[in-house]
Amino acid sequence: MTARALKSHLEHFRYVVSENPVTFFAFGLFLLIVCLAIVGPYIVPYDPLASDTANKLQPPSLAHWFGTDQLGRDVFSRVIVATRLDLGISVAAVALSFVVGAVMGCSAGYFGGWTDRIVGRCVDTIMAFPLFVLAMGIVAAMGNTVENIVYATAIINLPFYARVARAETSIRRNAGFVEAARLSGNGHVRLLATQIFPNILPPMMVQVSLNMGWAILNAAGLSFIGLGVRPPTAEWGIMVAEGANYIVSGEWWIALFSGAMLMLAVFCFNLLGDGLRDLVDPQRRT
Amino acid sequence: MTEPSPIPILSIDGLSVEFRTRKGIVKALHDVGFEIRKREMVGIVGESGSGKSVTAFNVMGILDPAGRATGGDISFGGMDMLTAPERDLREVRGREVSMIFQNPKVALNPIRPVGYQIGDVLRQHTNTPRDRLKAKSIEILEQVRINDAEQRYWSYPFELSGGMCQRIMIAIALACEPALLIADEPTTGLDVTTQKTIMDLIHDLATDRGMACMLITHDLGLAAQYCDRIVVMEKGRVVEAAATRALFSQPTHPYTKKLIRATPRPDSTLEDFAVIGEAEEGEEVAPEPPSADLPRVGMTERPLLHVADLVKEFPIRQKEALNWRRMLRLKSAIGEEEAPTAFRAVDGISFDVMLGESIGLVGESGCGKSTTSRLVTRLLDATSGVIEFDGQALHDIPAWGFARRPERSLIQMVFQDPTESLNPRYSAFDAIADPLRQLGGEHVQSNLGEQVERLARMVGLPADLLTRYPHQLSGGQKARVGIARAIALEPRLLVLDEPTSALDVSVQAVILRLLDRLRRQLGLSYIFVSHDLNVVRLLCDRVIVMNRGRIVEQGDATELLNNPKQPYTRSLVEAIPHFRPDMREAS
Repeated sequence: MTARALKSHLEHFRYVVSENPVTFFAFGLFLLIVCLAIVGPYIVPYDPLASDTANKLQPPSLAHWFGTDQLGRDVFSRVIVATRLDLGISVAAVALSFVVGAVMGCSAGYFGGWTDRIVGRCVDTIMAFPLFVLAMGIVAAMGNTVENIVYATAIINLPFYARVARAETSIRRNAGFVEAARLSGNGHVRLLATQIFPNILPPMMVQVSLNMGWAILNAAGLSFIGLGVRPPTAEWGIMVAEGANYIVSGEWWIALFSGAMLMLAVFCFNLLGDGLRDLVDPQRRT
Repeated sequence: MTEPSPIPILSIDGLSVEFRTRKGIVKALHDVGFEIRKREMVGIVGESGSGKSVTAFNVMGILDPAGRATGGDISFGGMDMLTAPERDLREVRGREVSMIFQNPKVALNPIRPVGYQIGDVLRQHTNTPRDRLKAKSIEILEQVRINDAEQRYWSYPFELSGGMCQRIMIAIALACEPALLIADEPTTGLDVTTQKTIMDLIHDLATDRGMACMLITHDLGLAAQYCDRIVVMEKGRVVEAAATRALFSQPTHPYTKKLIRATPRPDSTLEDFAVIGEAEEGEEVAPEPPSADLPRVGMTERPLLHVADLVKEFPIRQKEALNWRRMLRLKSAIGEEEAPTAFRAVDGISFDVMLGESIGLVGESGCGKSTTSRLVTRLLDATSGVIEFDGQALHDIPAWGFARRPERSLIQMVFQDPTESLNPRYSAFDAIADPLRQLGGEHVQSNLGEQVERLARMVGLPADLLTRYPHQLSGGQKARVGIARAIALEPRLLVLDEPTSALDVSVQAVILRLLDRLRRQLGLSYIFVSHDLNVVRLLCDRVIVMNRGRIVEQGDATELLNNPKQPYTRSLVEAIPHFRPDMREAS
């Protein structure tokens, strides 16, 4: 049974990927980024933190593929090593807002009434701020640590999940299968968890994928303006910020390669959305 | 009706269509051929998946891009519809051939007044001058017998009932006086009385204008009542085509015979359906215990379910727009009469269900029968009234927490749409096991697999289908899963909310027999909610007729349906379409 289920999942995955080349490309890119995050620190040629002032601001060469920065650190090594931190922050933030947002949105959509009003107004309050400014405020107030970046990113992403979950739940609240489950003796919490939540996963997954890119951008943005991850840690946002000072004087490679990597990651997650939806939707699995 | 002329207006010959799908190429039509003559009404009858709609879409040239006609030809008034360029087709569509769709509420543009939508067609296909468009549209609205056509011109689809919307659709279809009208299940989802007025309207308009008409339907009775000729389709093939009378008196093809047999008539009994056999779906059948062992459960003195003065009110939300108007016109608004704040869906009804009895709850949509069934199953709280089950008062227990109480297992329900009532992420096994997991005793939970298999056997669902998900099951199989789930907790009362309305007639016949057998086997009482009086007559001892939240008439099923006392009941009974040999003489 499980072997058969696994086989059918694999077959479905193959179908989704082969049907749509964009999805195939996005999944490939995603795998590459995940691999870099896992094994990156072990395969890079140089220590990302070791400075070598004799070789500072070298343009890309065979020894230093992406050149070196103002302290002589290898840009290639730093770009690769930073993958783990950036991906980690965004995955943690998105997971947090997904869970909290789903719980808030599902209960608002299911119970309605006061629950709905309270959740709705909380979400509206968050949305009333310019989101990046809100994240800046949170990090500035709570302190400059990685955890706080995660919390800030999670909070500003929360409204999207809560709204999607609320809308999708309220359509299904009185669906036949939900009423049938009520007749079978399911309580409200069980009903939400086993009947409604699995059925709102497809649209939530699309949201997750779109948000991942956005969360990465957000974390890098915070670091860029000096909030969040502190130098000398390798991080895309910091590297772009540092490199920006040198573009005028012709040393373009520091900002370009870290920026390109950032762009590639965001691009990949945005493309992934459609593919993910096809994967988790049972209707398309025939 | 005037004699159909011998000249065919539409002739389809050897038409084959295939669809490209994920599973490879699927042939939807095999060598389909028939013709429609001028002034003739032809019924295309078949069950779901028989290719009726695909044929119609081909005639209109609006086939899904994944589909392709691989052979044959369609000739409409001498024009080859399969090879004609899109430009010419567009001219023909709407002006020469029109189509009425299944769901009028969806087929109309929701954000344009209906009058404009008629005007659109006129502007497209006729050279009606602009200043005459409105007058012409209103004239057409009057022809489809819409009252206050002048005012209705400005109505939006959401302001109109389903029947009204279908009239608008007919008005649009007939605006350019086409030579052929294709009606694709024009009355599905409408009440029987509305169905009758709509079909009478189509029939009269077709007769007046000498228009040919192709009526696509799954209801053999409907086709019999209105059509001159009937084409029976099965799995993409035409199996029989004959004049209505001949088809009913001497059906030649076994499928036609089966279809005629499965269609409930005023005089049919469940035994008539026996020949259709559950085995035909390719499923093993639980050995039916001889009915002698299971005497009809005697009717005891005390009712199993006692309902008295049941009332359910829904608050009417004050329309936002209305409030705005009030604020703007402060003074003048004060004089306006206050709208009622609550709508009474169920208005003081009382009835009893005896042990082992089967009660039919009949009425048109909006009569409160669904609300009643939800009140009885305790999914909704009543505003006031008494619901007693076996002497125990249930109306005090709030519906909010009823799901976790032991009384939950006493009353269960089978839902209307078998697809919608199954969680798409639960396999058949999980769906049936869910109530057992929640409310079953320890004994049940220790051998869950065995229990579920026993239930599946009882409803005739093969054990190997239990691992499948709803979208991998047929309509009949899904209905069986729904029934197995409802009887899993061994309830005493089962509320059946139109359990067969979404099923094909032959499947319906099988499911009805299954329900009858289960009732005798398990000693259940049924409340059977339905709009189909012929089906109710088959399964129920007593019938309750409801209208606008009140009980109009109740009594013995056969007696009440044969001799209805109230005019409302009579109009319901008379509206059921069926073949009456005396009504239509062979042409």
